Amino acid sequence: MSRGPFIFLAAFFALASSWFGLVLVPQAQLGRQVESKTVPAGDIYPQARPGLAAQGREVYRANGCASCHSQQVRQDGISIGMAVVKPGTNLTELVEAILKVAPELGRNRAARLVQELPKPILTGVTRMEADKARREIAVTGAKAVVTVEPVGPDIARGWGKRRSVAADFLFDRPVMLGSQRVGPDLASIGSRAASEEWLLGHLYAPRSVTPGSTMPTYRYLFEKRRIQREPSPEALRLPEAFKPEQGFEIVPKPEAKALVAYLMSLKATAQLFETPMLLPPEPASASTNAPAATSGGTNSPTRP
Amino acid sequence: MKAPSANAPLYVTDRASVSPADLDASCRLPALALFAGAAIWLFVASVFTLIASIKFHGPGFLADHAWLTYGRVRPAAWNTLLYGGAMQMGLGVALWILSRLGGAKLSQPILAIAGAKIWNLGVLAGVVAMLAGGSAGFDWLEMPRYASVLLFLGYTLIGVSALATTHRRTLREFYPSQWFLLAALFWFPWVYSTANLLLVARPVRGVAQAVIAWWYAANLQVVWLGLVGLAIVFYFVPKLLERSLHSRYLALVTFWGLVLFGSWSGIPDSAPLPAWIPTLSTVAGVLALVPLLATVLNYRGTVKGKCSVVWTDPSLRFVALGFVAYVVSALMGLAEALPGVSGLLQFTWFVPAQHHLLIFGFFIMVATGAAYHITPRVTGLPVCARCMAVHFWVAALGILLSVMPLAAGGIVQGLKLSQASVPFMDVTHATLMMLRVSTLGDALLLFANFIFLKNIGGVLLRLGRAQLATSWAVATAPAQTPEAAR
Repeated sequence: MSRGPFIFLAAFFALASSWFGLVLVPQAQLGRQVESKTVPAGDIYPQARPGLAAQGREVYRANGCASCHSQQVRQDGISIGMAVVKPGTNLTELVEAILKVAPELGRNRAARLVQELPKPILTGVTRMEADKARREIAVTGAKAVVTVEPVGPDIARGWGKRRSVAADFLFDRPVMLGSQRVGPDLASIGSRAASEEWLLGHLYAPRSVTPGSTMPTYRYLFEKRRIQREPSPEALRLPEAFKPEQGFEIVPKPEAKALVAYLMSLKATAQLFETPMLLPPEPASASTNAPAATSGGTNSPTRP
Repeated sequence: MKAPSANAPLYVTDRASVSPADLDASCRLPALALFAGAAIWLFVASVFTLIASIKFHGPGFLADHAWLTYGRVRPAAWNTLLYGGAMQMGLGVALWILSRLGGAKLSQPILAIAGAKIWNLGVLAGVVAMLAGGSAGFDWLEMPRYASVLLFLGYTLIGVSALATTHRRTLREFYPSQWFLLAALFWFPWVYSTANLLLVARPVRGVAQAVIAWWYAANLQVVWLGLVGLAIVFYFVPKLLERSLHSRYLALVTFWGLVLFGSWSGIPDSAPLPAWIPTLSTVAGVLALVPLLATVLNYRGTVKGKCSVVWTDPSLRFVALGFVAYVVSALMGLAEALPGVSGLLQFTWFVPAQHHLLIFGFFIMVATGAAYHITPRVTGLPVCARCMAVHFWVAALGILLSVMPLAAGGIVQGLKLSQASVPFMDVTHATLMMLRVSTLGDALLLFANFIFLKNIGGVLLRLGRAQLATSWAVATAPAQTPEAAR
């Protein structure tokens, strides 16, 4: 290391190796990624964000929202289970079958469960156990499914149904994964936010809808103006403590509307090949969700 | 790799044919321009940091101005700290060290001065754009395109001056600090141009952007700051202790470890990427322990038995403090890469605490020590010893108070985040008290940076006054006519 060319070559090769490994190859692999199809519906995913939401992404970038909010759901692994979807004709036999696969439930609870189908019966078992249990239930004429649920603290907090994958960010420019969680993760805020109005209220006065929030107010995205003949239909309906003085109203500026449209477009919930999941059918909308469960077989364990 | 010859001189002494005073004089203007720019930006950075820090726990503070919203002030604080303060100061010290170690006067000082001006202009343009909402949206790469071009140009000019100086050196044998500095000089243009071309100018598709942004951040912080900072440590510690560097081989391990493992590290385990990318990065992040160990052994071997001297020399005190911060921040970085722990610390205050310790605690402190050594030599004017001592203690306390609570808060936050039963609001509120303490630390750092600005500015003022007085004396001196002399 006593000659200039040696140092140059050493630095050159070290840097070239990481440039090759972390710039060129990922670009070759990910930079050419195209839309994938959801499993099992076969829809194209992701769709480009609508125009207003794309503008909202610019507002998100310009105001550094990613300083406090990540858009990256993490997953520890998956949990395989079995759920009973529909009873057959013989409920007594079904209760016996459930007790056989899950004796710890007890007869009383099992009898109550079969009244409130669909219900998950087993969780955290192996695939073989779940499949065996499913067949035990099926012989009674009832319908049961094997479930595969992503698990982890982020998912338990309701921040997403599964981990974030490369496909979720395909059309984003810039991709803002975020590096801190001063506020909650926003990867799927669009599917859990109550309404656009709630989001607008939260932006204008975070503590009006979430007491104790440490989010800054974004009043500069809103306009305070004198009420003309009658209040604007867009005016925020705020709690008493946050209302402007009499005769004034708070109306979102276009930036605020775009930002909310962007937030509502954040829905990283599509089922993809790389995120196997067969979610247990939800009681309220059992008829729409149940079919996904029967097309099993893709429940290979995922990377934790 | 060529092994160092047995009789290679390990002493850092001034063996050059040119006298040290001449070397110093050649560096005067570029070094002072870079130090003064850095001092100003450091002060600005600490003002921004303090504003952002108050906003952590007082979200209503200055919230109604778009220019001062947290999401704009925070990147402005980091960018002024890193590009305006740390890198600029590092470049100033690098020019001086390369001139001294090469035994050659600084070549093309005019290029270096022009480079410093352009660099400062770039930082200014970038920060104004960021506050106006023009951030590019990537961590550490928030500067918009035009500011990046200015930074690149400024760096290149300074780099040309440094390379020309090294090319003209009269001492052929390279000392380890020179490897580090030359590699770093070459490193930044490559990573900066790659990142800007592929992220800002012609963005690539999807998460490939995130990979490149992480790659850039690791190369800048772990490799560039590591190389330049350790070059300063390896130069000043032996020099001021008047002994030789403990081991050239260990320095070689540090060098290779930093450039190989550092440049691959930095991609979090849970990133939404094909699994091989975070896996390789994790391996590299854990292997970074090797160069860290080599560095610590080398440092220990060099200062052994002379620790008391380290504490009495005003410059060396800063370097020693910076070195301790380096070791701690490298260990924190290791924890962030370690499987199992990394998931806990990701997305918490622990990560900014580590960045702050690395950039401010390590790099700025080491470079400050060097600047306090260099400034009196290039100007011929002393910096008051008392001011340096006050600066040292305020900075040391400030680093401790701003970093430690933040790191502890990050661990608490991570532990609570990993339990889904703890409501999110409780997670946030659990860290508030520590964030308040860290605001106190940031206020102390503002004071420390003010002292630094005052010290450097004071020397510059005295120098300017002396120059004015000289030129005044020359201009108004009684004309010596030939008749009178006769």
